Amino acid sequence: MIVNLVVLLACQLAGEVAARGLGLPIPGPVIGMALLFAAFILQPRLAQRIAATTSALLAHLSLLFVPAGVGVVGHLDTLGRDGVALMAALLLSTVAAILAGVYVFLAVARLTGASE
Amino acid sequence: MSPADPAEIWTYLRQDPLLWLTATLVAYALGDLAFRRAGRRPLVNPVLVAVALLAVLLRVTGTPYESYFEGAQFVHFMLGPATVALAAPLYANLRLIRSAFWPMLAALVAGSVTALVTAVAIGAAFGLRGETLLSLAPKSVTAPVALGVSETIGGAPNLTAVLVIITGITGAIVATPLLNLMRIRDWRARASPSAWPPMASARRGRSGQRDGRGLRGHRHGAQRAADGADRAAARSVAGGAARGVRRVARARRPAQSVAPNEEAIMTEDTDRHAMKMAKKKAARDKIMATKTDEKG
Repeated sequence: MIVNLVVLLACQLAGEVAARGLGLPIPGPVIGMALLFAAFILQPRLAQRIAATTSALLAHLSLLFVPAGVGVVGHLDTLGRDGVALMAALLLSTVAAILAGVYVFLAVARLTGASE
Repeated sequence: MSPADPAEIWTYLRQDPLLWLTATLVAYALGDLAFRRAGRRPLVNPVLVAVALLAVLLRVTGTPYESYFEGAQFVHFMLGPATVALAAPLYANLRLIRSAFWPMLAALVAGSVTALVTAVAIGAAFGLRGETLLSLAPKSVTAPVALGVSETIGGAPNLTAVLVIITGITGAIVATPLLNLMRIRDWRARASPSAWPPMASARRGRSGQRDGRGLRGHRHGAQRAADGADRAAARSVAGGAARGVRRVARARRPAQSVAPNEEAIMTEDTDRHAMKMAKKKAARDKIMATKTDEKG
Protein backbone atom coordinates (compact mmCIF):
# COMPACT_ATOMS: atom_id res chain seq x y z
CA MET A 1 0.00 0.00 0.00
CA ILE A 2 2.71 2.45 1.01
CA VAL A 3 4.83 1.42 -1.93
CA ASN A 4 1.87 1.79 -4.24
CA LEU A 5 1.24 5.30 -3.03
CA VAL A 6 4.88 6.08 -3.47
CA VAL A 7 4.67 4.94 -7.09
CA LEU A 8 1.71 7.22 -7.75
CA LEU A 9 3.20 10.19 -5.95
CA ALA A 10 6.58 9.70 -7.58
CA CYS A 11 4.96 9.74 -11.02
CA GLN A 12 3.07 12.87 -10.12
CA LEU A 13 6.18 14.49 -8.73
CA ALA A 14 8.16 13.66 -11.86
CA GLY A 15 5.30 15.00 -13.94
CA GLU A 16 5.15 18.27 -12.02
CA VAL A 17 8.91 18.71 -12.29
CA ALA A 18 8.81 17.97 -16.02
CA ALA A 19 5.87 20.31 -16.62
CA ARG A 20 7.52 23.17 -14.78
CA GLY A 21 11.07 22.43 -15.84
CA LEU A 22 10.22 22.20 -19.51
CA GLY A 23 7.49 24.81 -19.43
CA LEU A 24 4.94 22.38 -20.80
CA PRO A 25 1.32 23.51 -20.93
CA ILE A 26 0.22 20.12 -19.62
CA PRO A 27 -0.78 19.58 -16.00
CA GLY A 28 1.88 17.65 -14.06
CA PRO A 29 -0.44 14.79 -13.00
CA VAL A 30 -1.29 14.15 -16.65
CA ILE A 31 2.40 13.72 -17.43
CA GLY A 32 2.57 11.50 -14.37
CA MET A 33 -0.19 9.38 -15.81
CA ALA A 34 1.76 9.01 -19.05
CA LEU A 35 4.82 7.98 -17.08
CA LEU A 36 2.89 5.39 -15.12
CA PHE A 37 1.36 4.08 -18.31
CA ALA A 38 4.81 3.73 -19.83
CA ALA A 39 5.93 1.94 -16.68
CA PHE A 40 3.04 -0.52 -17.03
CA ILE A 41 4.08 -1.31 -20.56
CA LEU A 42 7.68 -1.86 -19.58
CA GLN A 43 6.81 -3.78 -16.43
CA PRO A 44 3.36 -5.41 -16.70
CA ARG A 45 3.54 -6.83 -13.21
CA LEU A 46 3.46 -3.33 -11.82
CA ALA A 47 -0.09 -2.89 -13.06
CA GLN A 48 -1.30 -5.85 -11.07
CA ARG A 49 0.66 -4.83 -8.09
CA ILE A 50 -0.90 -1.44 -7.65
CA ALA A 51 -4.34 -2.34 -8.96
CA ALA A 52 -5.90 -2.32 -5.49
CA THR A 53 -4.68 1.19 -4.79
CA THR A 54 -5.64 2.67 -8.14
CA SER A 55 -9.08 1.08 -7.95
CA ALA A 56 -9.68 2.44 -4.48
CA LEU A 57 -8.64 5.92 -5.54
CA LEU A 58 -10.70 5.93 -8.71
CA ALA A 59 -13.75 4.45 -7.03
CA HIS A 60 -14.12 7.69 -5.12
CA LEU A 61 -12.94 9.99 -7.83
CA SER A 62 -16.02 12.17 -7.79
CA LEU A 63 -15.64 12.95 -4.09
CA LEU A 64 -12.34 14.59 -4.91
CA PHE A 65 -14.04 17.31 -6.92
CA VAL A 66 -16.15 18.53 -4.05
CA PRO A 67 -13.64 20.97 -2.54
CA ALA A 68 -12.99 22.61 -5.90
CA GLY A 69 -16.70 22.65 -6.65
CA VAL A 70 -17.50 24.43 -3.39
CA GLY A 71 -15.25 27.19 -4.68
CA VAL A 72 -18.16 28.18 -6.85
CA VAL A 73 -19.36 30.23 -3.88
CA GLY A 74 -16.76 32.73 -4.99
CA HIS A 75 -18.30 32.88 -8.44
CA LEU A 76 -21.97 33.15 -7.67
CA ASP A 77 -22.09 36.62 -9.16
CA THR A 78 -20.60 35.26 -12.38
CA LEU A 79 -23.15 32.49 -12.46
CA GLY A 80 -25.96 34.93 -11.83
CA ARG A 81 -24.80 37.27 -14.55
CA ASP A 82 -23.67 34.76 -17.16
CA GLY A 83 -25.66 31.71 -16.15
CA VAL A 84 -27.79 31.62 -19.27
CA ALA A 85 -24.81 32.04 -21.57
CA LEU A 86 -22.88 29.34 -19.75
CA MET A 87 -25.76 26.89 -19.86
CA ALA A 88 -26.37 27.54 -23.55
CA ALA A 89 -22.70 27.03 -24.33
CA LEU A 90 -22.59 23.85 -22.27
CA LEU A 91 -25.67 22.30 -23.76
CA LEU A 92 -25.01 23.12 -27.39
CA SER A 93 -21.34 22.25 -27.31
CA THR A 94 -22.04 18.96 -25.59
CA VAL A 95 -24.54 17.98 -28.26
CA ALA A 96 -22.18 19.07 -31.02
CA ALA A 97 -19.25 17.21 -29.52
CA ILE A 98 -21.19 13.98 -29.07
CA LEU A 99 -22.34 14.08 -32.68
CA ALA A 100 -18.88 14.94 -33.97
CA GLY A 101 -17.30 12.15 -31.98
CA VAL A 102 -19.83 9.54 -33.04
CA TYR A 103 -19.83 10.36 -36.71
CA VAL A 104 -16.08 10.60 -36.94
CA PHE A 105 -15.78 7.28 -35.16
CA LEU A 106 -18.13 5.63 -37.63
CA ALA A 107 -16.48 7.19 -40.64
CA VAL A 108 -12.96 6.25 -39.60
CA ALA A 109 -14.03 2.77 -38.55
CA ARG A 110 -15.44 2.28 -42.02
CA LEU A 111 -12.30 3.63 -43.65
CA THR A 112 -9.92 1.52 -41.65
CA GLY A 113 -12.13 -1.52 -41.71
CA ALA A 114 -12.16 -1.95 -37.96
CA SER A 115 -15.14 -4.21 -37.72
CA GLU A 116 -17.38 -4.47 -34.73
CA MET B 1 -10.20 21.58 32.22
CA SER B 2 -13.43 23.44 32.68
CA PRO B 3 -16.13 23.23 30.06
CA ALA B 4 -15.68 25.90 27.42
CA ASP B 5 -18.60 27.85 26.13
CA PRO B 6 -19.83 27.07 22.63
CA ALA B 7 -18.31 30.18 21.14
CA GLU B 8 -14.87 29.03 22.16
CA ILE B 9 -15.41 25.60 20.73
CA TRP B 10 -16.52 27.14 17.49
CA THR B 11 -13.45 29.34 17.43
CA TYR B 12 -11.32 26.26 17.75
CA LEU B 13 -13.22 24.30 15.13
CA ARG B 14 -13.10 26.96 12.48
CA GLN B 15 -9.34 27.04 12.68
CA ASP B 16 -8.91 23.33 12.51
CA PRO B 17 -8.99 21.25 9.32
CA LEU B 18 -11.00 18.54 11.03
CA LEU B 19 -14.39 20.20 10.83
CA TRP B 20 -14.43 20.97 7.13
CA LEU B 21 -12.76 17.76 6.15
CA THR B 22 -15.50 15.89 7.98
CA ALA B 23 -18.19 18.13 6.54
CA THR B 24 -16.93 17.45 3.01
CA LEU B 25 -17.15 13.70 3.47
CA VAL B 26 -20.56 13.90 5.13
CA ALA B 27 -21.92 16.16 2.40
CA TYR B 28 -20.70 13.77 -0.26
CA ALA B 29 -22.17 10.78 1.56
CA LEU B 30 -25.51 12.59 1.70
CA GLY B 31 -25.22 13.47 -1.97
CA ASP B 32 -24.53 9.87 -2.83
CA LEU B 33 -27.47 8.75 -0.74
CA ALA B 34 -29.76 11.23 -2.48
CA PHE B 35 -28.44 10.03 -5.81
CA ARG B 36 -29.22 6.42 -5.03
CA ARG B 37 -32.59 7.23 -3.54
CA ALA B 38 -33.49 9.11 -6.69
CA GLY B 39 -32.87 6.04 -8.78
CA ARG B 40 -29.49 7.29 -9.93
CA ARG B 41 -30.87 10.08 -12.00
CA PRO B 42 -28.05 12.12 -13.48
CA LEU B 43 -29.72 15.31 -12.32
CA VAL B 44 -29.27 14.33 -8.70
CA ASN B 45 -25.52 14.41 -9.04
CA PRO B 46 -23.79 13.57 -5.75
CA VAL B 47 -21.08 16.15 -6.29
CA LEU B 48 -23.57 18.84 -7.11
CA VAL B 49 -25.65 17.98 -4.06
CA ALA B 50 -22.56 18.01 -1.85
CA VAL B 51 -21.41 21.33 -3.27
CA ALA B 52 -24.84 22.88 -2.70
CA LEU B 53 -25.02 21.61 0.88
CA LEU B 54 -21.56 22.89 1.70
CA ALA B 55 -22.16 26.23 0.00
CA VAL B 56 -25.24 26.76 2.14
CA LEU B 57 -23.37 25.68 5.24
CA LEU B 58 -20.53 28.11 4.54
CA ARG B 59 -23.01 30.88 3.98
CA VAL B 60 -24.96 30.15 7.14
CA THR B 61 -21.87 29.95 9.31
CA GLY B 62 -20.21 32.89 7.62
CA THR B 63 -17.17 30.82 6.81
CA PRO B 64 -14.90 32.07 4.03
CA TYR B 65 -13.97 29.58 1.31
CA GLU B 66 -10.33 29.84 2.28
CA SER B 67 -11.08 28.54 5.78
CA TYR B 68 -13.14 25.74 4.36
CA PHE B 69 -10.37 24.80 1.99
CA GLU B 70 -7.88 24.49 4.85
CA GLY B 71 -9.72 21.33 5.76
CA ALA B 72 -10.92 20.25 2.35
CA GLN B 73 -7.48 20.48 0.79
CA PHE B 74 -6.70 16.98 1.96
CA VAL B 75 -9.45 15.66 -0.24
CA HIS B 76 -8.51 18.02 -3.04
CA PHE B 77 -4.92 16.91 -2.94
CA MET B 78 -5.89 13.36 -3.86
CA LEU B 79 -6.92 14.55 -7.31
CA GLY B 80 -3.29 14.49 -8.41
CA PRO B 81 -2.58 10.86 -7.49
CA ALA B 82 -6.03 9.91 -8.81
CA THR B 83 -5.19 11.44 -12.17
CA VAL B 84 -1.98 9.45 -12.27
CA ALA B 85 -3.98 6.35 -11.34
CA LEU B 86 -6.04 6.76 -14.50
CA ALA B 87 -3.14 5.03 -16.22
CA ALA B 88 -4.50 1.78 -14.78
CA PRO B 89 -7.84 1.67 -16.62
CA LEU B 90 -6.03 2.88 -19.70
CA TYR B 91 -3.57 0.03 -19.51
CA ALA B 92 -6.28 -2.49 -18.67
CA ASN B 93 -7.97 -1.62 -21.95
CA LEU B 94 -4.88 -1.71 -24.05
CA ARG B 95 -6.10 -4.54 -26.21
CA LEU B 96 -9.36 -2.88 -26.93
CA ILE B 97 -7.70 0.40 -27.66
CA ARG B 98 -5.38 -1.27 -30.11
CA SER B 99 -8.26 -2.94 -31.88
CA ALA B 100 -9.98 0.32 -32.72
CA PHE B 101 -7.18 2.76 -32.25
CA TRP B 102 -7.66 5.04 -35.25
CA PRO B 103 -11.43 5.43 -35.01
CA MET B 104 -11.10 6.17 -31.31
CA LEU B 105 -8.30 8.62 -31.74
CA ALA B 106 -10.12 10.37 -34.55
CA ALA B 107 -13.34 10.49 -32.53
CA LEU B 108 -11.47 11.87 -29.56
CA VAL B 109 -9.83 14.60 -31.52
CA ALA B 110 -13.06 15.48 -33.32
CA GLY B 111 -15.14 15.46 -30.16
CA SER B 112 -12.58 17.37 -28.15
CA VAL B 113 -11.98 20.03 -30.72
CA THR B 114 -15.70 20.38 -31.36
CA ALA B 115 -16.47 20.73 -27.65
CA LEU B 116 -13.75 23.27 -27.13
CA VAL B 117 -14.45 25.37 -30.20
CA THR B 118 -18.24 25.37 -29.91
CA ALA B 119 -18.19 26.09 -26.17
CA VAL B 120 -15.91 29.07 -26.58
CA ALA B 121 -17.66 30.31 -29.73
CA ILE B 122 -21.13 30.06 -28.21
CA GLY B 123 -19.93 31.54 -24.93
CA ALA B 124 -18.36 34.46 -26.77
CA ALA B 125 -21.48 34.93 -28.88
CA PHE B 126 -23.47 35.22 -25.66
CA GLY B 127 -21.10 37.85 -24.43
CA LEU B 128 -18.82 35.87 -22.14
CA ARG B 129 -15.35 37.28 -21.79
CA GLY B 130 -12.07 36.81 -20.04
CA GLU B 131 -11.80 34.49 -17.12
CA THR B 132 -15.32 33.14 -17.46
CA LEU B 133 -14.77 32.21 -21.08
CA LEU B 134 -11.44 30.57 -20.28
CA SER B 135 -13.06 28.63 -17.46
CA LEU B 136 -15.54 27.27 -19.94
CA ALA B 137 -12.93 26.06 -22.44
CA PRO B 138 -11.80 22.87 -20.72
CA LYS B 139 -15.22 21.85 -19.44
CA SER B 140 -15.43 18.67 -21.43
CA VAL B 141 -12.18 17.36 -20.13
CA THR B 142 -12.12 14.85 -17.40
CA ALA B 143 -12.40 16.88 -14.24
CA PRO B 144 -8.97 16.63 -12.67
CA VAL B 145 -7.38 17.48 -15.96
CA ALA B 146 -9.84 20.28 -16.61
CA LEU B 147 -8.92 21.97 -13.37
CA GLY B 148 -5.25 21.91 -14.26
CA VAL B 149 -5.91 23.19 -17.75
CA SER B 150 -8.17 25.95 -16.50
CA GLU B 151 -5.49 27.15 -14.17
CA THR B 152 -2.81 26.93 -16.83
CA ILE B 153 -4.75 29.01 -19.35
CA GLY B 154 -5.93 31.61 -16.87
CA GLY B 155 -9.44 30.48 -16.08
CA ALA B 156 -10.99 30.02 -12.67
CA PRO B 157 -10.55 26.37 -11.66
CA ASN B 158 -13.43 26.53 -9.20
CA LEU B 159 -15.81 27.70 -11.83
CA THR B 160 -14.47 25.10 -14.24
CA ALA B 161 -15.11 22.37 -11.67
CA VAL B 162 -18.79 23.18 -11.58
CA LEU B 163 -18.99 23.53 -15.35
CA VAL B 164 -17.40 20.12 -15.78
CA ILE B 165 -19.92 18.58 -13.44
CA ILE B 166 -22.81 20.20 -15.26
CA THR B 167 -21.38 19.15 -18.60
CA GLY B 168 -21.20 15.58 -17.37
CA ILE B 169 -24.81 15.71 -16.30
CA THR B 170 -25.85 17.22 -19.60
CA GLY B 171 -24.04 14.54 -21.53
CA ALA B 172 -25.61 11.85 -19.42
CA ILE B 173 -29.10 13.15 -20.00
CA VAL B 174 -28.74 14.08 -23.62
CA ALA B 175 -26.62 11.30 -25.07
CA THR B 176 -29.03 8.39 -25.24
CA PRO B 177 -32.01 10.23 -26.72
CA LEU B 178 -29.72 12.04 -29.11
CA LEU B 179 -28.06 8.88 -30.36
CA ASN B 180 -31.40 7.17 -30.75
CA LEU B 181 -32.70 10.13 -32.65
CA MET B 182 -29.72 9.98 -34.99
CA ARG B 183 -30.22 6.25 -35.36
CA ILE B 184 -26.69 5.42 -34.38
CA ARG B 185 -26.54 1.70 -33.81
CA ASP B 186 -22.91 0.80 -33.68
CA TRP B 187 -22.48 0.21 -29.99
CA ARG B 188 -18.85 1.17 -30.06
CA ALA B 189 -19.66 4.51 -31.50
CA ARG B 190 -22.43 4.95 -28.97
CA ALA B 191 -20.14 4.06 -26.17
CA SER B 192 -17.46 6.41 -27.22
CA PRO B 193 -18.73 9.83 -27.83
CA SER B 194 -15.64 11.54 -26.88
CA ALA B 195 -17.73 14.39 -26.38
CA TRP B 196 -19.03 14.04 -23.14
CA PRO B 197 -17.37 14.92 -20.16
CA PRO B 198 -17.75 12.66 -17.86
CA MET B 199 -17.25 13.19 -14.50
CA ALA B 200 -16.71 10.57 -12.09
CA SER B 201 -19.89 11.24 -10.37
CA ALA B 202 -21.84 11.75 -13.44
CA ARG B 203 -20.39 8.56 -14.55
CA ARG B 204 -22.13 6.62 -11.96
CA GLY B 205 -25.39 8.26 -12.42
CA ARG B 206 -25.48 8.36 -15.91
CA SER B 207 -26.30 5.06 -16.87
CA GLY B 208 -29.40 3.37 -17.73
CA GLN B 209 -31.96 3.10 -15.13
CA ARG B 210 -34.30 5.13 -16.99
CA ASP B 211 -35.28 2.88 -19.71
CA GLY B 212 -35.74 -0.01 -17.43
CA ARG B 213 -36.20 -2.56 -20.10
CA GLY B 214 -34.64 -5.32 -18.22
CA LEU B 215 -31.15 -4.10 -18.72
CA ARG B 216 -30.89 -2.63 -15.35
CA GLY B 217 -28.88 -5.25 -13.68
CA HIS B 218 -26.53 -5.47 -16.55
CA ARG B 219 -25.98 -1.86 -16.69
CA HIS B 220 -25.18 -1.63 -13.11
CA GLY B 221 -22.60 -4.24 -13.58
CA ALA B 222 -21.12 -2.32 -16.41
CA GLN B 223 -21.09 0.83 -14.45
CA ARG B 224 -19.42 -0.79 -11.62
CA ALA B 225 -16.78 -2.10 -13.88
CA ALA B 226 -16.34 1.33 -15.22
CA ASP B 227 -15.84 2.61 -11.80
CA GLY B 228 -12.84 0.50 -11.63
CA ALA B 229 -13.76 -0.85 -8.29
CA ASP B 230 -13.22 -4.48 -7.66
CA ARG B 231 -12.26 -4.88 -11.16
CA ALA B 232 -12.10 -8.60 -11.49
CA ALA B 233 -15.54 -9.20 -10.14
CA ALA B 234 -17.01 -6.32 -12.01
CA ARG B 235 -15.49 -7.52 -15.16
CA SER B 236 -17.44 -10.64 -15.43
CA VAL B 237 -20.61 -8.79 -14.65
CA ALA B 238 -19.79 -6.16 -17.17
CA GLY B 239 -19.07 -8.78 -19.72
CA GLY B 240 -22.55 -10.01 -19.24
CA ALA B 241 -23.83 -6.52 -19.50
CA ALA B 242 -22.01 -5.84 -22.68
CA ARG B 243 -23.28 -9.01 -24.17
CA GLY B 244 -26.78 -8.27 -23.12
CA VAL B 245 -26.63 -4.82 -24.49
CA ARG B 246 -25.16 -5.97 -27.69
CA ARG B 247 -27.85 -8.49 -28.13
CA VAL B 248 -30.49 -5.95 -27.52
CA ALA B 249 -28.79 -3.49 -29.75
CA ARG B 250 -28.82 -5.92 -32.57
CA ALA B 251 -32.26 -7.21 -32.05
CA ARG B 252 -33.97 -3.93 -31.57
CA ARG B 253 -34.12 -1.04 -33.82
CA PRO B 254 -33.21 1.88 -31.78
CA ALA B 255 -30.34 0.34 -29.99
CA GLN B 256 -30.10 0.82 -26.36
CA SER B 257 -27.20 2.79 -25.34
CA VAL B 258 -24.29 0.88 -24.11
CA ALA B 259 -23.75 2.58 -20.85
CA PRO B 260 -22.55 5.68 -22.47
CA ASN B 261 -21.42 6.76 -19.28
CA GLU B 262 -18.25 5.19 -18.89
CA GLU B 263 -16.58 7.47 -20.92
CA ALA B 264 -17.74 10.00 -18.97
CA ILE B 265 -14.94 9.91 -16.73
CA MET B 266 -12.70 11.01 -19.21
CA THR B 267 -13.39 13.44 -21.76
CA GLU B 268 -11.43 16.32 -22.61
CA ASP B 269 -11.30 19.09 -24.95
CA THR B 270 -7.86 20.13 -25.56
CA ASP B 271 -6.48 18.16 -28.34
CA ARG B 272 -2.99 18.99 -27.57
CA HIS B 273 -2.64 16.43 -24.91
CA ALA B 274 -2.51 13.12 -26.56
CA MET B 275 -2.26 11.55 -23.20
CA LYS B 276 -5.48 12.80 -22.03
CA MET B 277 -7.01 11.43 -25.05
CA ALA B 278 -5.60 8.11 -24.44
CA LYS B 279 -6.94 8.25 -21.01
CA LYS B 280 -10.33 9.12 -22.14
CA LYS B 281 -10.23 6.43 -24.62
CA ALA B 282 -9.42 4.03 -21.96
CA ALA B 283 -12.24 5.00 -19.82
CA ARG B 284 -14.55 5.07 -22.58
CA ASP B 285 -13.76 1.71 -23.62
CA LYS B 286 -13.76 -0.05 -20.50
CA ILE B 287 -16.95 -1.61 -21.36
CA MET B 288 -15.77 -2.47 -24.72
CA ALA B 289 -12.76 -4.00 -23.22
CA THR B 290 -14.68 -6.24 -21.02
CA LYS B 291 -16.67 -7.23 -23.95
CA THR B 292 -13.59 -8.04 -25.90
CA ASP B 293 -12.38 -10.14 -23.07
CA GLU B 294 -15.51 -12.12 -23.19
CA LYS B 295 -15.09 -12.79 -26.82
CA GLY B 296 -11.50 -13.72 -26.62
